Amino acid sequence: MKPEEIQKIAEIEHDMRMAYKYRIKVCCSSGCIPFGAQKLLKAFEDAVKELGLQNVCKVARTGCVGTCSVAPVVLIDPGNHLYQNVKPEDAKRIVQEHVVNGRILEEFVYKNEAYFSKQYRLVLRNAGKIDPLRIEDYISVGGYSALAKALTQMTPEQVIYEVTVSGLRGRGGAGFPTGQKWNFVAKSTAKPKYVVANLDEGDPGVFANRTLAEADPHAIIEGMTIAAYAVGAEKGYIYIRSEYPLAIQTLKKAIEQAKSYGLIGDNILGSTFNFDIELRLGAGAFVAGEETAILSSIEGLRATPRPRPPYPAVSGLWGKPTLINNVETLANVPLIILNGGAWFSKIGTPKCTGTKCFSLTGKVRNPGLIEVPMGITLKEVVYEIGGGVPEGRKFKAVLVGGPSGGCLPESMLSLPIDYESLTQAGAIMGSGGIVVIDDESCIVDTARFFIDFCMDESCGKCVPCRAGLPKVREILDKIMVGEGTEEDLKVLEELSYLIKDASLCGLGQTAPNPVLTTLNYFKKEYLSHILDGKCPAGKCNIKRMEVVKK
Amino acid sequence: MSERTVKLVIDGREVFAKPTDTILKAAKDNGIYIPTLCYLEGLTAYGGCRLCVVEVKGNPKLMTSCTTPVSNNMEVITNSPRLNKYRKQIIELLLAERTHTCSVCVANGSCELQELATRFGVDHTSVSRNWKRFEIDMTHERFVLDHNRCILCTRCIRVCDEIEGVHVLDVKRRGKDSSIVIDLDEPWAASYSCTSCGKCSAVCPVGAIYVKLKPLSETKKKELPEFVVERRRR
Repeated sequence: MKPEEIQKIAEIEHDMRMAYKYRIKVCCSSGCIPFGAQKLLKAFEDAVKELGLQNVCKVARTGCVGTCSVAPVVLIDPGNHLYQNVKPEDAKRIVQEHVVNGRILEEFVYKNEAYFSKQYRLVLRNAGKIDPLRIEDYISVGGYSALAKALTQMTPEQVIYEVTVSGLRGRGGAGFPTGQKWNFVAKSTAKPKYVVANLDEGDPGVFANRTLAEADPHAIIEGMTIAAYAVGAEKGYIYIRSEYPLAIQTLKKAIEQAKSYGLIGDNILGSTFNFDIELRLGAGAFVAGEETAILSSIEGLRATPRPRPPYPAVSGLWGKPTLINNVETLANVPLIILNGGAWFSKIGTPKCTGTKCFSLTGKVRNPGLIEVPMGITLKEVVYEIGGGVPEGRKFKAVLVGGPSGGCLPESMLSLPIDYESLTQAGAIMGSGGIVVIDDESCIVDTARFFIDFCMDESCGKCVPCRAGLPKVREILDKIMVGEGTEEDLKVLEELSYLIKDASLCGLGQTAPNPVLTTLNYFKKEYLSHILDGKCPAGKCNIKRMEVVKK
Repeated sequence: MSERTVKLVIDGREVFAKPTDTILKAAKDNGIYIPTLCYLEGLTAYGGCRLCVVEVKGNPKLMTSCTTPVSNNMEVITNSPRLNKYRKQIIELLLAERTHTCSVCVANGSCELQELATRFGVDHTSVSRNWKRFEIDMTHERFVLDHNRCILCTRCIRVCDEIEGVHVLDVKRRGKDSSIVIDLDEPWAASYSCTSCGKCSAVCPVGAIYVKLKPLSETKKKELPEFVVERRRR
């Protein structure tokens, strides 16, 4: 395939699209499927056939638009009207009213404008727009033109320069400057080199990467191929957890399509550049998403992290230079190449450019997947996009950054979301999980839940994490049944600092965050368990022996 | 052999090291003590016990000296109240993780964990101790694998894999449930791959793998033979 042919496919697709006046898009992501999205897709197809509208109206599947709380959703173009909670039996009526009568059915329309108005969709630009299973759809919205531009008009150095100028930082959580990372790998002289796309998203309540893979798999593939061109790699691995069957299927299909179009493989777009992508499935270990553990897992070993240095950029897969990026980072790359690094650097804050996807869950009115510009405050996310805590409940805390994030109280809600501010507050950007906690939840119980998760997922290689986390949990358990002492709080804090500072990898280094932040911001609640024998949320079953006075 | 061309400062002392040296090696060559447990010269460094962590100026993270190579003008602190507190805590956690009752242990007197505990003044643990019973594999005619005393340093795994070249041993499960396995989790006597060389028992820092009916002071090797170490050097 030649670069001009991409343009041709886009034009043909565009003409085909224009042939239909209406386009009904049914979300077929993991969020909508359990609510009958596939049946709904069939129902709409049948309804269109029944009403004889095949030439006017096209029914297609699409990716997640983020409003998972009102699933299943249907979008109708033109106008991008979002219909919520649609049932298969409503399909015919919606087609009849919307397409034939031109009347919008108000009862189904998603009315929460605030949910979208604060968002900025870069990574999820095509979610809800294209059919993820068709590469032609992706090409029609400008897909693979960034790859063509990079291969035909830019040198690898120029690609790295643009990414560096963009200020893009690793979206896996640590926020390492992407351009700098690419530069390290490009400078390594050893061959062959590898690119690894990290899609091992294991945090409870986090589904941003999954949604991206299900809605726009080609964005990942294109970003990865550009990265490979920039650093000089010929082989890439997408490491995905096996608990994401739909994302795996979608990516598999996408890789096949890209191969058949010659967009990956040998002599890509007529150039001398070769790049092949292979899918690797995880075997259920959370720690496998860690930058060095992922390498062990791909090599076929136990997913245990390795000490750094040597950094993967120097000695990664099989001891060769390896670039590891999160898929969300990679999905930004085509936009940076097309629009320039300077354009990207204007989004977000000067130090943290671009956007970040967050899975907003917990006790909020509008849970779902959101993408917001860096620098937005937590308040805007929780109250304006999320709609605040449900009626009658009181906001207590927000946990930012997944199971090893930090619990922040109401007073911290004006905190802007960027790597530095979050770290300073004791939380992390992490995988992009925001869990809102209301007054029904006990803060000690919350901390224990996340410590429990990290303890179960610890690989067992280093002592602080393996032996320390069970002790942390033990003390939390003790406090929860009313047997804790003030001395315990001291031990708890000391242990947490040990695990944070002395652990080998990111899992251990961040695991105590929920404990440390709750001890910092919610000490009262711990003390109330210990001194008064009361759980403020009424969750813990505290039994106290009363001293009987004679 | 390369020359000692790298200049670095360890605990305020200017020392010279080879470019391939780790911080630990450079410190040891200059008589500076850094505690280690999972590390054994001649085996691939593991970085698991975290006892050898040091502070490197300009790096916010603690680095394991057994895996971090030296670099020019590096400033290393091996001995600070914070580091020693962490080391003490790690020893406490190891002692509390499984049953370590020195008075009835075959390694009493030649145990590296015991030595470290004495050195760092660990006479009690601030966390509760675990008295759960773990398995003891006594099926082999010469050796015993006692999981109650295992500290998961993986020296046995590495010596079996890298020196004997058999890789009989490995780790199963993860986190606190990790344990050493023989072949595909079989009793030791049922292992087809084990050559009964006994290297695992020689390098075990505690009393987890030992030779039956022999005092550990006789069978334990604190270091691998010099020629092995020499050949394994890059």
